[in-house]
Amino acid sequence: MLGLSRNDFLMLLFVLVLVAAAPIILNPFPEGSNFAQFNAGYPDLMQRFVIFGIFAIGFNILFGLTGYLSFGHAAFLGAGSYAGVWMLKLLTINVIPAIIISTVVAGIFSLFIGFISLRRSGIYFSILTLAFAQMSFALAASVLTPITGGETGLQTALNDPRVLDGGATGGNIPAPSLFGLEMGHSWKVAVGDWIWTFNVGYYLCAFVLLIVFYIAIRIFRSPFGMMLKAIKSNSQRLSYTGISPRPYTLAAFVISGMYAGLAGGLMVAMDPLAGPERMQWTASGEVVLMSILGGVGTLVGPVLGAGIIKYFENIFSKINDGLLHQWFSFMPDGIENVIVGIIHPFVGKGWHLSLGLMFMLVVIFLPGGLVGGINGLFRRLFRRRSQ
Amino acid sequence: MELSAFLLQVLNGLDKGSAYALIALGLTLIFGTLGVVNFAHGALFMIGAFCAITVQRLLSISVVTLDETKTDFLGNPLKIRTPYVEQWFGESIGQGLIDWSVPLAILFAIPVMLLIGFAMERGLIKHFYKRPHSDQILVTFGLAIVLQEIIKAYFGANQIPAPAPSAFIGSFDFGVFIGFDPGTLIYPYWRIVYFLFAMFIIAAVFAFLQFTTFGMVVRAGMADRETVGLLGIDIDKRFTIMFGIAAAVAGMAGVMYTPINPPNYTIGMDFLVISFVVVVVGGMGSLGGAVLAGFILGILESFASMREVIEAIPGINQVVIYLVAILILLARPRGLLGRKGVMES
Repeated sequence: MLGLSRNDFLMLLFVLVLVAAAPIILNPFPEGSNFAQFNAGYPDLMQRFVIFGIFAIGFNILFGLTGYLSFGHAAFLGAGSYAGVWMLKLLTINVIPAIIISTVVAGIFSLFIGFISLRRSGIYFSILTLAFAQMSFALAASVLTPITGGETGLQTALNDPRVLDGGATGGNIPAPSLFGLEMGHSWKVAVGDWIWTFNVGYYLCAFVLLIVFYIAIRIFRSPFGMMLKAIKSNSQRLSYTGISPRPYTLAAFVISGMYAGLAGGLMVAMDPLAGPERMQWTASGEVVLMSILGGVGTLVGPVLGAGIIKYFENIFSKINDGLLHQWFSFMPDGIENVIVGIIHPFVGKGWHLSLGLMFMLVVIFLPGGLVGGINGLFRRLFRRRSQ
Repeated sequence: MELSAFLLQVLNGLDKGSAYALIALGLTLIFGTLGVVNFAHGALFMIGAFCAITVQRLLSISVVTLDETKTDFLGNPLKIRTPYVEQWFGESIGQGLIDWSVPLAILFAIPVMLLIGFAMERGLIKHFYKRPHSDQILVTFGLAIVLQEIIKAYFGANQIPAPAPSAFIGSFDFGVFIGFDPGTLIYPYWRIVYFLFAMFIIAAVFAFLQFTTFGMVVRAGMADRETVGLLGIDIDKRFTIMFGIAAAVAGMAGVMYTPINPPNYTIGMDFLVISFVVVVVGGMGSLGGAVLAGFILGILESFASMREVIEAIPGINQVVIYLVAILILLARPRGLLGRKGVMES
């Protein structure tokens, strides 16, 4: 169906169900319970899950298929964000043009950077992309201030022209909307003690995610995708057969740059603000972490990785000592303090430590990421049963 | 441009260049011997810097005594803190020790960094020899995050100052020395010390590799590991020791850098990114190239931050290193002094 094999179609359906029901699935604990703070089903975080999922899917098309490790992908996300905010400022507060233009701008930008960086491979390629991204970051924060708003960032204002809307003069700064439906608008549904929030912006992001996920499946299964995999396994042999790998890697680079730009566009559509820190190399490192954690070269892996990292960043980081004491209060005092003391460095402000450890464990023991590990487990179980 | 202004920028570039060169030297040493791309090398620099902080804190552990003859403004007896070292060695020696805590920290840092280096190589890196370079980058990147966070958990996220010995505070007037007006060409003493120290370390590493039997074997191993192994030499053990030495070099660079820039837990990553650019510009696996590129980029950076240059090309001070790196990599794909066939595919 839809040109997909049965398995792929089932996977797409699975993702569809997952993102559609996310506000329910991510809120497993009733409001007011001890564990309510582990609920991730609030719009802001769900949007971030999906947006970074798109970013990671795109990164995976480059790294997972061709094996070119780019350390500068955040530059495209940043470029897309800036383009998106300018569309919201100049053209219309409707998010559709902003999202389209940010994808296009990031595509052009990545064509330029990719054309130069792809002359080299291996670590030289990584360093070139890193250098370009750091340059973009430094320039966006300093010299390009008229375009990027410098270190404070770029945001919409009341007196923006907004040619298509006819520029408001009074009232509040208009919020980004989809033909009048504001992105921040949510419906809250209370079922018993559970409260589910269905947010317009989230569902827009989820819709886009499904489309780009479908495109990614098609790319993975296409002859073009096969060519990219051939580049990863042995680009020299590929050139001996008379095929130059350059156009293929460049195409993959631009596609993944456009995914990043799309993520940037969605980000400003949710919150019309863009700052230079989005381009910094740590942001590029984050998307690398996401893809590796979830599973490079798998389809669902990057989305899973993005979800885990964003969950850590937003939920795990809020666990403090008071809460730990509360959880372990059933234990005798001495043991309670020891346990809290052991866990303390890994949660709250130390969440990066747990993330780093988890990342190392995945790289060491599960080269295929979490998804690769799960697949391997299933395969082993299955094989045993068939014997 | 006046000659004095020109010389000033060269001098300003030297200390940053020395730091780049030292880190890049260690990085390329590890790469040349073990063939491992070590993204945790910046973290080793940072740990070195925090060795200095640790020594400073250890030396200033104090005993509190009450002086009944004096009172503070609330009328309580005045508390007097005397560091233990002053009690043990007498006041002047004790204060001298505290004053010289940064140079003393080198003695502390060398064994610590060697141990950390050995542990890292035997515990983690060893298992990654045969894995792809991207895996090595990723696992050491993860390790760098972990090391950073451990330091952050113990020392907090703020910058911690560790001053240079008071004998080196102040500036040296170079200009008077070579016939300029006083005050045109001044340079802080500690930066001179840092530069000389870096030159000493670099010379020591090169001499070690060039003039000792151990170094000869290591160089042979860098050229052809398999053959050296066939000759019955345990090359792995020697490479582990080289890893420890590289870690110690990064650590010492970190210790001595603390008076120039108070460290916090991110200092390693800041330096790492640039050091990688330095290594690649110098040519992967080329020790001389790393040192040369370190100084060139450090000096270029300081030239680019001159007012006249910024006015001519806005923003150049922020991007010059990366711009130069891109140009060099496109013009000389193997870097300045790179050998053929290193990291090519």
